[in-house]
Amino acid sequence: MSFDQLYDLLDRFVPESIDWMVFTVTALILSLAVINAMVLCTALYTWFERRMLGRFQSRIGPNRWGPFGLLQPIADVIKLLVKEDVIPVVADRAVFTLAPVVLLVPALMVFIVIPFGEQSFLGKLNVGVLFILGVTGVNTLAIIMGGWASRNKYALFGAMRGAAMLISYEVPMALSLIGVIILAGSISLVDIVSSQGIFYILVQPLAFLVFMAAASAEMSRAPFDMIESESELGAGYHTEYSGIKYAIFQLAEFMAPLVTAAVATVVFLGGTKGIDPIPGQVWFLLKAFSVVFVLLWVRATWPRLRVDQIMGFAWKGLFPLSVINFFVVAVELFVLQEPDGTITNQSMMIMTGINWVVMVVSIVLIATVLGQGKLQHKLPPQPSSLANMAASEGD
Amino acid sequence: MGGEAAVLDDYFRHYGLVAIFTAVAVAVPVGMLLVSWAASLNVDKLTLGGFGSFVRVRPSKPDDVKMSIYECGFETLSGTWHRFNFRFYSFALIFVVFDVEVVFLFPWAASFGILSTQFGIFVLAEMGLFIAILVVGWLYAWRKGALEWA
Repeated sequence: MSFDQLYDLLDRFVPESIDWMVFTVTALILSLAVINAMVLCTALYTWFERRMLGRFQSRIGPNRWGPFGLLQPIADVIKLLVKEDVIPVVADRAVFTLAPVVLLVPALMVFIVIPFGEQSFLGKLNVGVLFILGVTGVNTLAIIMGGWASRNKYALFGAMRGAAMLISYEVPMALSLIGVIILAGSISLVDIVSSQGIFYILVQPLAFLVFMAAASAEMSRAPFDMIESESELGAGYHTEYSGIKYAIFQLAEFMAPLVTAAVATVVFLGGTKGIDPIPGQVWFLLKAFSVVFVLLWVRATWPRLRVDQIMGFAWKGLFPLSVINFFVVAVELFVLQEPDGTITNQSMMIMTGINWVVMVVSIVLIATVLGQGKLQHKLPPQPSSLANMAASEGD
Repeated sequence: MGGEAAVLDDYFRHYGLVAIFTAVAVAVPVGMLLVSWAASLNVDKLTLGGFGSFVRVRPSKPDDVKMSIYECGFETLSGTWHRFNFRFYSFALIFVVFDVEVVFLFPWAASFGILSTQFGIFVLAEMGLFIAILVVGWLYAWRKGALEWA
């Protein structure tokens, strides 16, 4: 149900003079519905992710509590709710408590602008893409807050590394969306959906790849989980957290793939567009689910990158690729557009053809420039002492 | 209602929605924290009349070792809020430069289709020049080793 429908429904029962109250009540009802749905989805998703990771790693995963282990998230929440909440004596208590809130709220706020239906909920905000980029940028702050307030070496290392990584990947992520904005001619997500005669994943495959890579770094999941690399930093920025604060951090972290999937669905996969008899919402869910699954697949398959590789990948790999993408799109639009500034589906198909070639060529080019070894730090070859020993013995 | 007033009304409607949604979004984690805090209260401290009482289900038994910070099994050596390598700052500086570039790109990208029909190649060329300057800066940073994490 869209905002306007519910508003009209409620408006019938109250006099004209208190319209603002109807507005507030409608907004509250819909906000509660959306946020609760998202929190529930995230709870379900934690179960799904753990089960799937289990399958990927040839084990079963949580299967004890409820059918197929479906009640596991509820058990986890109850357990974390009644756990002792330890705050280190030296920690900055106020910031320590605030950090999980600051991490979770932006993840939820992204759903204000996501158009779940053709004309759904709050999706009419005319600066959608900017809003998403601005709001998701706050998570850097939350991570720094958590790491700094813990007053723990490992937490602080994790937070500083995380901040460096998150800000580096913000640039290619924003640049990859520029190409889409050029084609759609609008920053509003509703307009971006309606402008997709052909889905932008086909028209701009390079932008999609850059966006997915940058977004999976933005939500600090493997292969970019530098922030909480368990084998090096304890648990990174939330080393000192326990109980419900830890649960909130985990909720925000597991919500991130859903947020990314929703954004990618809207921007690159045509949102609610699909073949007719099946309603748009079902298409949206199907597309978002496939994006989530691909992200999970990547997480389960790739090993973690090193810090220098991660930073090199952002600035030497993704940054030039995203610049190439949006500039090629701008030139193509300039050449192919109609006199009134619109673009036909035929021209879009031509663009699709060119862009796939551009994608292959530019990726090969960047890969050649960087090379397998050039992303890494070079060490001079050092002869092993054992080799010398063997050589001297041979004399 | 006049056109300007309608636009303003629309504006307040949208951002009023954003404000209400944000308030609910803040209420969720805060509510979780409050529930957890309520679970740690003593029974005799808080009774709710006829509505029963909170049972203290969340333990709180602090001791010196538990309340100290984690450090692989021994006491923390040296300060914990200590200095950082300069490379963090250099990356932050590069980020600021290129993120400002992105901010300039957004309005250009959103109106590129319409502007280029009016002003022709100029719209493309000026952004080409802007990007070229930044790419030169980027190549300079690369040559100088500012993009190396080492």
